[in-house]
Amino acid sequence: MNPAALSLPLAEAAVLAALASAAAGLVAARWPRALSWLAFPLLGLAGACALAAGIDALWCGAAQTATLPLGLPWLPWQIAVDPLSGVFLLILGAVLLPVAVYGPGYAREFRNGRDSLAHLGVFTGLFVAGMLGVLLAADAFLFMVAWELMSLASYFLVCFQHEHADNRRAAFLYLLLAHVAGLLILLSFGVLAAAGGGFSFAAMRAAHPDALWAAIAFALALAGFGAKAGLAPLHVWLPEAHPAAPSHISALLSAVMLKVALYGFLRVVFDLIGAPQWGFGVTLVIVGAASAVLGVLLALQQSDLKRLLAYSSIENMGIIFLALGLAQIFQAAGHPTLAALALLAALYQALNHALLKGLLFLGAGAVLHGAHVRSLDRLGGLLRRMPRTGWMFLIGCLGMAAVPPLNGFVSEWLTFQAALQAWQLHDSLLRILVPLAAAALALTAALAATVFVRAFGVGFLGRARSRSARHAHEVSGGMLAGQALLVVGIAVAALLPGSVLGLLARAAVQLTGHAPAASGWLWLTPLDPASASYAPLPILAVLLVVGALGVTLLRPHRGAPVRRADPWDCGFAPPTPQMQYSAAGFAQPQRRVFAPAYALHEEAGVDRYELTASDRTWGRLYRPLGALTDRAADLARRAQAGHVRRYLAWSLITLLVLLWIVS
Amino acid sequence: MDRFLNLGAALLQPLLLLAAAPLLTGVIRRIKARLQNRRGAPLLTPYRDLRKLIAKEAIVARTASPLFRAAPYVVFAATLLAAAALPVFSTVLPGARIADAIALIGLLGLARFVLVLAGLDAGTPFGGMGASREMLVTTFAEPALLLVIFTLAMTTHTTNLAGMADATLTGATVLRPSYLFALAALLLLGVAECGRIPVDNPSTHLELTMIHEGMLLEYSGRHLALMEWAAQLKLTLFAVLTVDLFLPWGLATRLTTPAVLAAPPLLALKLLLLAALLALSETVLAKMRLFRVPGYLTLAFLLALLGLLSHVILEAAA
Repeated sequence: MNPAALSLPLAEAAVLAALASAAAGLVAARWPRALSWLAFPLLGLAGACALAAGIDALWCGAAQTATLPLGLPWLPWQIAVDPLSGVFLLILGAVLLPVAVYGPGYAREFRNGRDSLAHLGVFTGLFVAGMLGVLLAADAFLFMVAWELMSLASYFLVCFQHEHADNRRAAFLYLLLAHVAGLLILLSFGVLAAAGGGFSFAAMRAAHPDALWAAIAFALALAGFGAKAGLAPLHVWLPEAHPAAPSHISALLSAVMLKVALYGFLRVVFDLIGAPQWGFGVTLVIVGAASAVLGVLLALQQSDLKRLLAYSSIENMGIIFLALGLAQIFQAAGHPTLAALALLAALYQALNHALLKGLLFLGAGAVLHGAHVRSLDRLGGLLRRMPRTGWMFLIGCLGMAAVPPLNGFVSEWLTFQAALQAWQLHDSLLRILVPLAAAALALTAALAATVFVRAFGVGFLGRARSRSARHAHEVSGGMLAGQALLVVGIAVAALLPGSVLGLLARAAVQLTGHAPAASGWLWLTPLDPASASYAPLPILAVLLVVGALGVTLLRPHRGAPVRRADPWDCGFAPPTPQMQYSAAGFAQPQRRVFAPAYALHEEAGVDRYELTASDRTWGRLYRPLGALTDRAADLARRAQAGHVRRYLAWSLITLLVLLWIVS
Repeated sequence: MDRFLNLGAALLQPLLLLAAAPLLTGVIRRIKARLQNRRGAPLLTPYRDLRKLIAKEAIVARTASPLFRAAPYVVFAATLLAAAALPVFSTVLPGARIADAIALIGLLGLARFVLVLAGLDAGTPFGGMGASREMLVTTFAEPALLLVIFTLAMTTHTTNLAGMADATLTGATVLRPSYLFALAALLLLGVAECGRIPVDNPSTHLELTMIHEGMLLEYSGRHLALMEWAAQLKLTLFAVLTVDLFLPWGLATRLTTPAVLAAPPLLALKLLLLAALLALSETVLAKMRLFRVPGYLTLAFLLALLGLLSHVILEAAA
């Protein structure tokens, strides 16, 4: 069979497997084992199919379309797989497969609880099917149906443990913003459909709305998809909702669903709207930089491990949108090769973030499973109690801190290389903006390193700060295997950047018409080899060789084991675990320096001190907005006094006004 | 033949830097001592210290995890690899292709990440204090360093350090305002990154003022030797980076015997000048309070940003 024709059937198989998994979840109400033995393996199958479909679509580089015998009579559903959706199918599959391996071990905990396993199984399947549907849709109607399926199913997953009031509140907030976002996206499609005269993406692509309508469609798409992707200031739901879900679902929400929103944005703005405008690019760069800096500053002050990871997702989505803004600017300025480079940096960052955040959320789930706490201030010393999870978590932290030779560095490097080409722009405003964006990105990178040093150092090193951390135990084989699969993905993305970039380049060709230069699997030379090159595999090799040489040359001749002693106590009483730096203490200098960015709330008692650093957007934007809504509702209530006479009067006035308009 | 020469140049330059690193520390200490009317220790003392530490038994805290023992090797290897991206006597340098200037900063970031984790590992208050403060310094120093690199990369159109030095050597010699800002920023940053006065004091053991030493407090024997050597290498690396970016004259652009032989003495002279400058500033200045440090580093960050903007506004007009 022709390999080019395989991607669409594979993707369809993935959707069917996800739906079958949802059906198998129903059975779990009666037989709990069905969840582990049927629903999760089917999800794994869906992940494997999506991964294969994505790689095939990127490998062949051609689009495939089909029309389904479903939908409205005059509007049958159309589906398509092209390189752009291929990238995101690849991301979805690469995270879903490990999650399916990890899931059974994690869900075993719920078997004896009050939470319904059927609830978890059904909505996980539907959630995945919805995300796949969004990626496959080739008309706005199917897109919106799948989008809402994804949003609603994930709402039920966020409120899975609904006995906690916090979770219910988080889920409601999520539902609210998901609906506002859905509405905005629908309006954006409405603008494009009016210009194109049809709901299919092909018709929208063929039409070119004039600049004003294009700007309106862009603004609606940015607000709609941006709210779902967690861009500031519409990010407030994200740090509430992602930690509330079970950890393997958090991994899917953070690693995959945010990327599905990114896919929707790319599809609308880079594919359907058509002509690039530099104004779009400037907006994206500013919004992206603001989200990145705000996200990382707030991540730095969280002591809840999963909340910290959620804020770091906001930061990463900010970096991705910043790179997209660079792509839009370069494309509008007539540098398609540079636009392709910036776009690739964004896609690479999306892939990296999916793999790393997937791993870290699974790791946080393992910590929760093994130590039963997720506050950093009650953890400590886990590297010795849970060594396998700990070392894999360290790999994730190094990747998020963007240090070579890990994959986070590759995408950061690509983004910097794209920003450094700002000298080719002719507009002096843009030439100033792009370096400023690079400066914001550099600041974000340094703060991200601090975030993950703190997360790993306080959580996994040092001494246990609580009884539960002291008695933590390593998790089961399946949960470790799920994390290990993600580590394999990270290793591929980190060490073979040339090959990965070669695959992703197909999507850049589709959207910009150009691809950056490539030279083999080992080197990363996006522009030309003389100006910038990076090779992670030799870096890893040299690190290993120097390290091994050091160990062998410096080994003492006696061969005795290393002597252990108590840590230095300054000649006073031996230090206790409570004397270690706490998570709040570690980030105190930054809290002081960046104080205007936080809404700080301190509570000090005789024997305890509590500090929460929360978001200022609540007080600045959402509370006034809420008060305004309340006031508007009050005004509306006056009209609705409950007297029949007044209602009749209203009816009469309406009738008169209508008659006046008609006449 | 060419291939062997290139390989030789790639291996020899970082090893030369590694070998010279303790000497530079010795020279700085000696100049400082002379400025303070002391005679000072012999120049070779840092080498003797390293030999003594390597011979001593390494003791590890009971509370430390395996990461504690692996960290010195990672820190050392990452710093050495970062040094391999720097031209020392020649711009013919394959190592600069593997890791460009951004990767060099990334490798220093890797070394710092592991060092800070090691500081937290024993679970003592001093380790945590050093770790937290080190990350505060990094928060401003790393982005500022990147901006310095960006300023030069935008002028030379490359991020390869050998290529940057080459471009400066072959290009027209003009005084660029952006370079002045960037040089000022880099000098401030080098002092902060290498833990020198006024940001940190390498010879202090007063616990409450330590940054770098605080993280090393639990180390002993060969582990401490590696950490110390890596710190000395980092200082040398920053000095050579300053020279390569702003005063590369004297570097051999081809591997011919006279050019290669002439380069090291010239470099030694430039390093001696920088060492004297550092010793002088350390003698004149006092250590700052910790919360004055962000102000100092913000100044460096703003200088670097000014350099970048003055390049974009004044110099890039095509």
